Amino acid sequence: MSSELSAIIESLVFTSESALSTDRISDLLHEFDRDAVKAALSELVEYHSNRGGGFELVEVAGGWQFRTRPAFQSYITRHIRTKASKFSQSSLETLAIIAYRQPLTRTEVEHLRGVDCGTVLKSLLEKKLVRILGKKDIPGRPLIYGTSKEFLEIFGLKDLKSLPTLKEIQALDEAPQYERQEELPLGMDIRRPVEGELPFE
Amino acid sequence: MLHSQPHQHKDEIPTLLDGFHESYTVHLDKFDGPLDLLLHLIRKNELDVCDIPIAVITRQYLDYIKLMKDLNLEVAGDFLVMAATLLQIKSRMLLPLEEPEEGEVEETDLRAELIRRLVEYQQYKEAGMVIGARALLGREIFVRSSIEPALVAAQNQDGPLEVSLFDLVDAFRALLARIPAAHFHDVAAAESFSIADSINEILALLQERDTLQFDELVRDEFTRERVIVTFLALLELCRLKLVRIFQGSEHGSIWFVPAVAAGDGA
Repeated sequence: MSSELSAIIESLVFTSESALSTDRISDLLHEFDRDAVKAALSELVEYHSNRGGGFELVEVAGGWQFRTRPAFQSYITRHIRTKASKFSQSSLETLAIIAYRQPLTRTEVEHLRGVDCGTVLKSLLEKKLVRILGKKDIPGRPLIYGTSKEFLEIFGLKDLKSLPTLKEIQALDEAPQYERQEELPLGMDIRRPVEGELPFE
Repeated sequence: MLHSQPHQHKDEIPTLLDGFHESYTVHLDKFDGPLDLLLHLIRKNELDVCDIPIAVITRQYLDYIKLMKDLNLEVAGDFLVMAATLLQIKSRMLLPLEEPEEGEVEETDLRAELIRRLVEYQQYKEAGMVIGARALLGREIFVRSSIEPALVAAQNQDGPLEVSLFDLVDAFRALLARIPAAHFHDVAAAESFSIADSINEILALLQERDTLQFDELVRDEFTRERVIVTFLALLELCRLKLVRIFQGSEHGSIWFVPAVAAGDGA
């Protein structure tokens, strides 16, 4: 670690109970330039990843935090009781749909899964992985759901954009209707006139 | 033959019932709805999702539904809706195309729509597995803070959530229910554990630590007497305003913190 600023930031992150955002760090260190803070942070990340120690500095849910490396799970659990919840296939599916498609209503989730999701959704809400964002302005005013900050924290994501990309999903999202509208009429319009007109000419 | 086809035990089943039992358990934890079942059938037959032979898939799908009915399982409405859709697609394909324009458009639509939903569902199913395979906080990855994350969250919000008496009673009931039945008959306890003893023990523990969980207090000696005494001791401590009780989340663990600030030296 080269700069004193890195060392200061390290001490802040180390003593913080929860993840510290870049904004919060810059506020606390108002005597330093914001860009310098950012540079020091990436320096710290590099330092800890090169160090090959038991933990590293990670940005999760918009905040910086020291987290252990997954490789040491079996040793850590020897003295720390884990209350990690097991996720069933249906809850992971539902969570994925909500994460990628939010904001959306329960009906939309159920249409995508083709099955009732009431129980799964309730348990995700209880685990605080999913939250209610509001009510949709359509008849019945159904609730709209999205993922929570806890979801990012538990799944170790910096933000929603860092979810693994699924190109195919995006392609589907963009234009299923256009595809249908364009292809079908075009196919028929082109073939018919050609077949019908040629013999006459 | 119809029954055995969907579940891979073609001729080796001694009785039909054996097969039923197996597919009964397989079904329950395997299929998360009609789309999941369809995907399973497609994969099992090594078919391309984008080019499903509707007739084959529909037959196998209906076999499954029939099997579920034979087993007296309640077939969810969602499965029946899908069966109807499949039959509709199939029947349209069987009908002669008298009006090619209208018929063709509609039939392609239904089938294309089903394929689109299947492809989309497959994506999310895979996405679910991808995120489920990540290293999760509290499972593979840990943070420095030894305090329960739920507790930190509760403290960071608008102060501790106060717990109602009913929550406390619920926790108490849940604990009582977990006491092994054999202990109910341990009448002749050598020496009884008084409420005062329990109060002293709790206060001593709270001096070493900032927080306590209800479960922890009775973990070592899990008897009915102990649980009841501890519960009464806690109620007494609350009445004396020596501890505060709160809950990290709805139905979460109930925590105790000393009500007095550290500086008072209580």
